[in-house]
Formats: sequence, structure tokens, C-alpha cells
Amino acid sequence: MTTALFECRNLTKFFPIKNLFRETGRVHAVEDVNLTIPEGGTVGLVGESGCGKTTLARTILLLIEPTSGQVIFRGEDMASRSKRDLRQFRRETAIVFQDPYSSLDPRMLIADVVGEPLVIHKVAFGEDRDDVVLSLLERVGLKADHMYRYPHEFSGGQRQRLAIARALAADPKFILLDEATSALDVSVQAKILNMLNGLKADLRLTYMFISHDLNVVRHLSDHIGVMYLGRMVEYGTREQVFDTPTHPYTRGLLAAAPSLDPNDRDRPREVVLQGEVPSAVEPPSGCRFHPRCPNRKPECDRVRPELVDIGDGHLVACLPG
Amino acid sequence: METREDLLVVDRLKTQFFTYGGVVEALDEVSFEIRLGEIFGLVGESGCGKSVTATSILGLVAKPGKIVSGRVLLDGENLVEKSEQEMNRVRGSRIAMIFQDPTSSLNPLFRIGYQVAEPYIYHQRRPKRQALKDATEILAKTGLPDAVEKSRNYPHELSGGMRQRAMIAMSLTCEPDLLIADEPTTNLDVTIGRQILDLVKDLQREFGASVLWITHDMAVVAQMCDRVGVMYAGTIVEKTDVRTLFRNAKHPYTERLLRAIPSAVKSADKLEEIPGSVPQLIHPPTGCRFHPRCDHVMEICSRVKPVELEVEPGHMVACHLFGGEKEAT
Repeated sequence: MTTALFECRNLTKFFPIKNLFRETGRVHAVEDVNLTIPEGGTVGLVGESGCGKTTLARTILLLIEPTSGQVIFRGEDMASRSKRDLRQFRRETAIVFQDPYSSLDPRMLIADVVGEPLVIHKVAFGEDRDDVVLSLLERVGLKADHMYRYPHEFSGGQRQRLAIARALAADPKFILLDEATSALDVSVQAKILNMLNGLKADLRLTYMFISHDLNVVRHLSDHIGVMYLGRMVEYGTREQVFDTPTHPYTRGLLAAAPSLDPNDRDRPREVVLQGEVPSAVEPPSGCRFHPRCPNRKPECDRVRPELVDIGDGHLVACLPG
Repeated sequence: METREDLLVVDRLKTQFFTYGGVVEALDEVSFEIRLGEIFGLVGESGCGKSVTATSILGLVAKPGKIVSGRVLLDGENLVEKSEQEMNRVRGSRIAMIFQDPTSSLNPLFRIGYQVAEPYIYHQRRPKRQALKDATEILAKTGLPDAVEKSRNYPHELSGGMRQRAMIAMSLTCEPDLLIADEPTTNLDVTIGRQILDLVKDLQREFGASVLWITHDMAVVAQMCDRVGVMYAGTIVEKTDVRTLFRNAKHPYTERLLRAIPSAVKSADKLEEIPGSVPQLIHPPTGCRFHPRCDHVMEICSRVKPVELEVEPGHMVACHLFGGEKEAT
């Protein structure tokens, strides 16, 4: 039985919209999400832009303060911790962002970019730091003579390797990969994905992987959560979500992703989603997905569906009937 | 050599950029043809020359770039030799383009309806009032909800998917013979992107236009294109119909690229990698540009640029692996 590294309970984040004088509305970014991240696992989050994937992940890492709900790390409620007490937590968690062109400081040498967490967490200084940086660079497939160069001298794939090296510097247990391979070409992406899988096994890491590319999420994750307009609509193992998708949104999303088989083009698609994602400022009542749902029922615009276990931990938020 | 009707023939097109750092050999004798009413895909990774091919066809290669040699024949007329004025009558009217990023390719200062109506006013000299009315009609055809109302909006008031619909409406105004689509779904969400793919396919059938579809996404190729050209470092390495490409890819690059894609069918732990990285085009590798990364590299590969060979009917591959066999027979 694996233990939970992270647990979030009823996590909610609303962003206020203000004019000069008062709050005029709220963006319902994440609402009432319960999620468990088992130690050593990879949890994938999928969903379209604005569904709250990134907000959820950043709230879990305490980079955004939740409006309500709890984040529990190793059995401890993190809300009670002071900023100072969070230092150890920060050391054990790291992020790799989507765009390696804006996430590396263009005026810092690679040795400083990668070595910064070591100095901040007082792990190593001076020559010791350089030794650690060197071993990190080797771990991600870069060389010693890359240490005294600037970020602009590297290609997109190499930059993402640098971002990963920096994330690994303070010896974290958990890494959030926020669209970490989305900006890369297929052949470069394959190398980075293989490397991430290798690092996870070697260093016993736990990943949270966010992507809009379903095939990439499927490749890397063992558990997958599907989000729509701030709510988790389906959660389960990779096989449960991909082989027996149950929520109409998940089914529509999977059917919409183009397949690699040219013969599929003549087959009618099971579910075709019409329309666009509504605004998160005034989200639809009841089930958020009801205006686009191909099999909506009369009560869907009134009753909010809860996540229900339909067998072996496969959770779906859709009204029965 | 073929009697089938080709709308566009790109013949040994060579485009180079004369930068301070040296000459970037962006396109090295790229040849392909697009038949009437077909969707031809150009697929490849960043920097392989897909977009330069599009701008070369339209005569829009930005300085310091220049078409050095080669021909672009639209219905037999060589576009490379045309003057700027003559090209202005071709662009938007006979050849139209849909760009990747509708946000930066729409003018933020003009209403959607006017921007869509512009080709009517410019190319067909319709009166403005009539043009605006026709524009709402074509906007409605692209599935834009409340087209009359939306045509009075500015681009920032529309969502990404709606802006892309407006771009498509604009490109179809003059019923072009050739539509060039440069990664039109890359910036869109999965479900919206799929709506746009379906829309272009429906409209293409209705208008009977030929389409040059540029993408890096093999899955989009599989669902959209009739024939495909695979590009690598400024050259076309393989050219065939789409089913053959996915069933029987011959060029070592195509083969490995297809195996590097994580897919639903195979859930192997390790993805296939292509060793090395895409070369600089200032000093591209001699001979076959893929030879430094190729598993099957032979002595001849670094010396001689491979010519296109027809390995089976309609399936062209530029690789010495297949040239040897040809010499023997």
C-alpha cells in the first residue's frame, strides 16, 4: 500500500475581479477538488485552457493561497505552517514550466541558473556547488563545458533539460511538470519523456503532469484526472480513463483528439462536442458541462453531480439515469 | 511527366536567407505538386522549412531571404517571375492563406466584418455596403454564432476559435483555387481544434479548392490530408499518399519520427529516439542532410545528395538506400 504524498480536500480557489471600488465578480478557477497523489506515482491532469489545471497544481504547491479547503503534505495540513516553516516543503517540491525560453534568466550563467536552489537552501556553495551542478548537468545529458554559457546558447530541448536540472538541484521528492514538453518537437519530446521516466525510477520521484496532449499524459501517468471549468469530472487509473471513459466530456475529449490512423477519418465519431467552454466568471449552474453535453437530462442544470466511485476507484461526476 | 491535373507545381525551389552569420539554406530544391481538389500536407519539425515554402509560394519571403532558383507554377504560370503588382492580384484571390495565430494576423483596430469584406472590396470591387453584407454571410457559413452581431466586434472580443473561423471566412471570400493553411489548429484546444479541422474539410469539399496543409502534427495529417510530403532540414525526404505513409514509411527519418510519437495503440515504456538534433542550415550537412543522424548511413550519403526515387507507384523517397537497388536493376 503506497502512502499519499499530497492530499487535497475540497480545494477551492476563486480569483476576485475588481474595479476601482469593489469586487464585481469572481473567476471560479478551482472548485471543491479532492485529489490524492500517491508517493512514487504520476498523476496526470488533462483539460482545455482555463479549466483550472494550472491553478490547482499551483495551489497544491502553496504558490497560490486557496480560498478554502486543505492541502495535506505527508499527513500534515500545510495551512497551519508559517512562511518560514515552508522552507523544507519548498526544498522537497519543484516545478518545470512550459516555456524554457521565459523560465531561464537570460542574464545568468548556467552554473548559477542550475545552482541557485543549492545556494538558497544552503546545500552547497562555491566549488562544492559547481561539483553538484556538474553532476546535475550530466544527469540530464548535458556536458561540463555548458556550465559557463548563457541560456540563449541552447536549443529548446536543451533549455528544458536545464530547467529539469534546476528542478532536481535541491533533491526534491515531488516535481510539477506544467506542460513541460508542449513547446517541443516530437523527436525532442520523446527524449525528454524518456529522461523523465528514467529520473523518476532512479530518484524515486513523484510527478504531477499537466498537459493538453492526451497521448503524452497517457504515456507518462498512472492516474489521470480530467478537469472541466474548475471541477474534476473524472478520475481513475490510466486504463480506466482511457479505455473506459465514462463522463461525456472525457469521451468527447478523447474522440476529438486526432488519431494516428488514417482509416479513422471515415469512421463516424462517437461524441462530437459542439460550442466552446463557457466563461468561468459566471459558470453554468448544476453540472458545468450541461450546455455542451450530448446526453443531458432535465435535472442537469439544477443538480450538481458529485464524484461517485463506479468501481475500483474510478470516479465520475455525472448524474445517473 | 504525369497527365493528372496539377494545380500547383513547385519545382526545385531554393530559398536562402543572406544573414550576417552566413547564408541560411532554408529550402534546398523542394519539389512537389498539388492536384486539383486535394489536401496536400507538408509535415516536419520546427525549422525544417514548412513555412518558408508557404511564403515562397506567395512571394512573401521576408528580407534578407530570397528565392534563388526554381519555379512555382500555378496553372502553368510561374509565380516567381511575377511582379509585386501582379502578385497582389494573386494573393487573397487565387491563393489565400490561414495563419497559425489569428490573434496577431487580424488587425486589432478594424471590425471583424470589415476585415473579412476587404478582399471583396479590393479584388472584386464590390461596393462597401454589399461587401459587408456578403462578409456576414460567409462568416455564418464558417459556423460563427450570431454572425451579424459578431461581424461588428473587434478581434479581441472573440475567442481564439471564433477568430480562426473569421480567418477562414476571410480566406474563402474570393473562392481561391489554393488555400494555404499554416498550422491553423496548433494554438487551439483539442475540441475547438477538431471543430476547425471538420470545418475546413467541409468547406474544402463545398468550394472545391486545393489545400496546402502545413503542420508538425502527424495525427492531423492522418485525419486531414490526401497526400503528404515529409520535410527535413529544407528538403522533402518522402512524398506519398497518406495511407502509404502510415503503413509503409520508407525514409529512415519518417520511420523514426513516426515511432517517436507517444500513441494510444502502443503504450511502451520507452519511446523511440532519433539521435542528435536538427542541423544548422547555415552549414548544412553535405550530401543527404539526414546522414549524421541516420542508422543506415553509407559512404555515399555524405557525398551525394540523394535524388527522389519512385519506390512504388506514387511513393517518392529521397534516400540512397533505395538508389542502390535501382542501379542494380
